[in-house]
Amino acid sequence: MTRALEHWLRTEHTAFCPGCGHGILMGCVIRAVDELKLDRKKLLFVSGIGCAAWIPSPNIKADTLHTLHGRAVAYATGAKLANPKLTVIVVSGDGDLSSIGGNHLIHAARRNIDLCVICGNNQIYGMTGGQTASSTPVGAKTATDPEGNRYRPFDLCAVTRAAGAPYAARWPVTRPISLVESIKKAISINGLGFVEAVSPCPTQFGRRNRFDDLKSLYDYLVGLCVTREEAKKMKPEQLWERFVIGEYDD
Amino acid sequence: MSGEAQILMGNHAAAEGALAAGCTFYAGYPITPSSEIMELLAERLPANGGTFIQMEDELASISALVGAAWAGARSMTATSGPGLSLMMEGLGYAAITETPCVIIDVQRAGPATGQATRVASGDILQVRHGSHGDYCPIALSPWSVQEMYDLTIRAFNLAQRYRVPTFVMSDEGIAHLRESVRLHRDFEIVERNRSIESPPFGTDAPDGVPPMPAFGDGANLLVTGSTHDEWGYRRVDHPEQHARLVERINRKVLDHVDDIVEVDSRYLDDAEAVVVAYGFTGRSALSAVKQLRTEGVKAGLLRLITLWPFAEREVRALDGKAIVVPEMNRGQVAGLVRQQVCGGVVSLCQTNGEVIEPAAIVDKVKEALA
Repeated sequence: MTRALEHWLRTEHTAFCPGCGHGILMGCVIRAVDELKLDRKKLLFVSGIGCAAWIPSPNIKADTLHTLHGRAVAYATGAKLANPKLTVIVVSGDGDLSSIGGNHLIHAARRNIDLCVICGNNQIYGMTGGQTASSTPVGAKTATDPEGNRYRPFDLCAVTRAAGAPYAARWPVTRPISLVESIKKAISINGLGFVEAVSPCPTQFGRRNRFDDLKSLYDYLVGLCVTREEAKKMKPEQLWERFVIGEYDD
Repeated sequence: MSGEAQILMGNHAAAEGALAAGCTFYAGYPITPSSEIMELLAERLPANGGTFIQMEDELASISALVGAAWAGARSMTATSGPGLSLMMEGLGYAAITETPCVIIDVQRAGPATGQATRVASGDILQVRHGSHGDYCPIALSPWSVQEMYDLTIRAFNLAQRYRVPTFVMSDEGIAHLRESVRLHRDFEIVERNRSIESPPFGTDAPDGVPPMPAFGDGANLLVTGSTHDEWGYRRVDHPEQHARLVERINRKVLDHVDDIVEVDSRYLDDAEAVVVAYGFTGRSALSAVKQLRTEGVKAGLLRLITLWPFAEREVRALDGKAIVVPEMNRGQVAGLVRQQVCGGVVSLCQTNGEVIEPAAIVDKVKEALA
């Protein structure tokens, strides 16, 4: 992040572990709102509980609402409807938005509430110690699946699009320019825009899956990414351990 | 009192009270026996410039309520036992973030689904203790359709004055009763202090209520359900910050009982036996007391209009008299009364989904005096 963007911060340090991708995602979020020249006074960040929920609170200097686990989208819905002049951006994690909070996400998409929802997907419950999430790839080891996850993960972009959101996109944090552009689109469209950032968690995911250095974890995640075109040629079950990247705008 | 008398259902009077009190936001989920409140507001609130939304469940309802309050709304919901149970975590969030909101709980027979269409008052202790940790909501208990209107208005004002979730603890009996009510305008509307100059989560007074700006006011608010300092920064490993916050959010209510606690005293001056009652049961209790008086029994009534904070001083003043507490539960308020007096307290419990008849209270008072 450049010094020119520091006016968006109210902290000098984040709580993120070394190698965590959420700092890159935070930079992308800030760059997006800065490039859109949004009025800080009319900008509200809402987050749930988890590592990604700490991206806006307390780091970003604007109104922030750090809520209960899973309920960020419901709080955001109330705030947006009560004051439609607010630009409301939800930033939270995969467990928060899709496991405990999945119902609120699909209903906000169904209602097409004018929110930008950003999911920092680290494939695991980072803050609580590395348990399986509804986004954990099949086969990945966690504190609660020591033999490897058996159940297919959600494709949250497909879920939100199917529920009614007009725009969804997924990028790894190694593609920050694409992330910034997608976040800008998700903020600007009229309705619910959803952006998922595939973000590495060296502390919980990397450690349990034997990635001894950061580069090998990043290489692993990037290696799991396939474009939407490539995904069309693959069997559905092959995608359970992949990340389909790109814009879900068709 | 201004306003023409008219016949209304209790739930509709509560909705009228909300509109009169300046409610601008309703989020809720349908549940018997409260749904008439949301149905009337679905029609009337948007017409008044407010916002109505039916959410996907009660977890979402109380969350939307709090989000809307921070965005500047005067927000409310209505529910019943099963929905209230789902709202408990959100209640704690509203308490620690000091968010004004109004929750009308139309009580029905529980636990669980219980008897959805039958009357009870089984939620008294739940609103006080149902969410984890220490917090102190305000709860009011109407006994008439008129009080459904009046106490809903009062609930909005108390919520704003003390920045605290405030309950109107109705029951199926009052909610579906139809009787005369005046939709008067003889009240003031309390607006919250939206100053951005002082910290929004702390004051120098240990029982103080800080100002609460809204999103969009330029305060760069940091609102969190974690322990926080006066500007909202998380302080999750700081013993003094936690104690200070928890003490203040309780004391700002408990130290102001003179303003908040309201009781209705009848025939108490010379009473030898006192019935302590609330909600629909207060009607039966008054009827019983009047009958006892005609029989020469010196009976009186202490009706609790405010349930939380509890009317400790008023109940303590009854010590030495025979006390009977009729309730549509297993003695939730009787236990609170026992904490305040040394003498015996007779609990008249009824958990059959029916209202308590005056005759049962008359018999119990005579038993207590014997």
